[in-house]
Amino acid sequence: MTELSQIDTRSLLADVTEFIWTEGAYLDAKDYAAWLDLWTDTGLYIMPIDEGDDYANQLNLCYDNDKMRRDRIDRFNRGFSISSAPPAQTVRTLSRIKIDNAAGDVISVSCAEHLIEDKFGRQRVWAGNAYYTLIRTDDGFKIDRKIVRLLNSAGMLNSFSYLF
Amino acid sequence: MSLDMPKFSDLDALYNTNTAEVATSMYEDPDLFAEEMEKIFKKTWVFVAHDSEFPDKGSFKLSNVGLEPVIVVRDRKGKIHCMVNRCRHRAATVCEVKKGKTSSFQCPYHGWGYGLDGSLRALPYPEQYGDDFDKTQHGLLKLRTESYNGMVFATFNEDAEPLVDFLGEGVCRYIDLFMKQGGGFPVKVLGEHQFSVPMNWKVQLENTTDAYHFPIVHKSFMQTLDGETGELFDFLDKGVGYVEDLGNGHSVMLMIPELLDLDENLDDPIPERFADLAQQLLDDGYPDEQMRKIVRAVSGAGFNLNLFPNVSFSLSFLRVLTPKSVEQTDIRHIALGMDGGPEAANQMRMRLHEHFQGPMGFGSPDDAEVWERVQRGTKGGEDLSILVNRGMVDEEPGEYGPRGHISAETGMRAAYKMWKGMMSQ
Repeated sequence: MTELSQIDTRSLLADVTEFIWTEGAYLDAKDYAAWLDLWTDTGLYIMPIDEGDDYANQLNLCYDNDKMRRDRIDRFNRGFSISSAPPAQTVRTLSRIKIDNAAGDVISVSCAEHLIEDKFGRQRVWAGNAYYTLIRTDDGFKIDRKIVRLLNSAGMLNSFSYLF
Repeated sequence: MSLDMPKFSDLDALYNTNTAEVATSMYEDPDLFAEEMEKIFKKTWVFVAHDSEFPDKGSFKLSNVGLEPVIVVRDRKGKIHCMVNRCRHRAATVCEVKKGKTSSFQCPYHGWGYGLDGSLRALPYPEQYGDDFDKTQHGLLKLRTESYNGMVFATFNEDAEPLVDFLGEGVCRYIDLFMKQGGGFPVKVLGEHQFSVPMNWKVQLENTTDAYHFPIVHKSFMQTLDGETGELFDFLDKGVGYVEDLGNGHSVMLMIPELLDLDENLDDPIPERFADLAQQLLDDGYPDEQMRKIVRAVSGAGFNLNLFPNVSFSLSFLRVLTPKSVEQTDIRHIALGMDGGPEAANQMRMRLHEHFQGPMGFGSPDDAEVWERVQRGTKGGEDLSILVNRGMVDEEPGEYGPRGHISAETGMRAAYKMWKGMMSQ
């Protein structure tokens, strides 16, 4: 942590928390157009399977650059994907938010994510850790990297018709 | 359940070979499921691992044969063993690490120690078992293990025919063709996606030999392909290719004939989506001929090879099913790459795998949805049958067995014929 006064830290934590809650609300509401706007062009959205962090050289659940992110959202929205027409509904809680590093305009944040999905009258629970690299811009924060590690990412999962 | 539900002795009522109709209870009768586990998964060769998942002496991985948890391991001499993951004393599992390397397996409960070949090596305070305690009779329960071209199979059946006879000439030929996607390097497992679906295992057994669903279920995937690649996957409209019964329940579905043999047509133009990779390989010093071979290998084979009862070779990956209960099946989608091959090529293989496969893929979730919908649908109209008769009208003799249109259900009929044969034993 670079030198920030306690007041600066609390203020930053409040700003980051508001941002992460807003992002979570977009995802639960499936407001994907708004969600896409939260990203930098070079942003990567990754859900790894195994522990390593050489994501490009390992198999992940998803490894989305800008194009894949947009293709994924397009697939959700166009109505031809039976698993996302209709998709499962979700409610998520993002908590235990912690600023891991802040250097200039680059802020590393981690938090806990609990998500409950509902479809076919059946609810499933997922838990994971989310790691953000946020860039502070004139237009607010932008996500440059988001890594979501499900607790059981290397175990037996189900298919997802939404994002974490 | 109605009172006149078909009894297992009446296999014709469960699968009518002449009309290719499957009874609804085939997907949802728990007693039938229990019998399948005994008569099929305890009797035939079941795929347990790929060589590269436990490459070294002392390497092991956990797997399943039907409902039974097993350990697949390579001993100090390189010999492969497969044994049930259960201590012979009081049944505790002797290993809960998914894969790794070890010199022995020790039960955590009372410390019985087993060698890599499953033999009981030592146990604490053996005196209380008396002088005639025979350690050789208390090894881990072993299965027969044989492999073909890197694919390791195991069976509980000491009398099962040799693996290569079970696979047959046709399957061995297509496995050899499939493994050419090593691009001159050994094929290596790069990782896997795992997901569980509320469906009977046979719903999955049918799917990998089902081209009919592809343009419907995978429309949203097709929409994300470039024109050239979309054209490649448009096999149903083109009506090219075929499905052929290869015997013993196995079948092949050739969707993209130009990708049947990856060693051929190396002089064809490089597809647009591989242009960057091709340039990268040239920049990295790979000669033109080798670059072409690698690029072609990255695209994967042009067919699905469906083996009875639990593994498929699907274009560029392996799909393994593990039955859990009559209405629950676990699926593994194993990504393959080139062992020692160029990093850029393996990266592209993984990105392509992520694009379609697994819980977040653009394909698998839609597959999983329709499989579950099949299971949900069978709650109604139980006297109706499930039809796998598509393409019977114009089936012709192929090289190894009946051959049908690319969208024919020939492969399903092959599997159900084998199912019936095994269930009647």
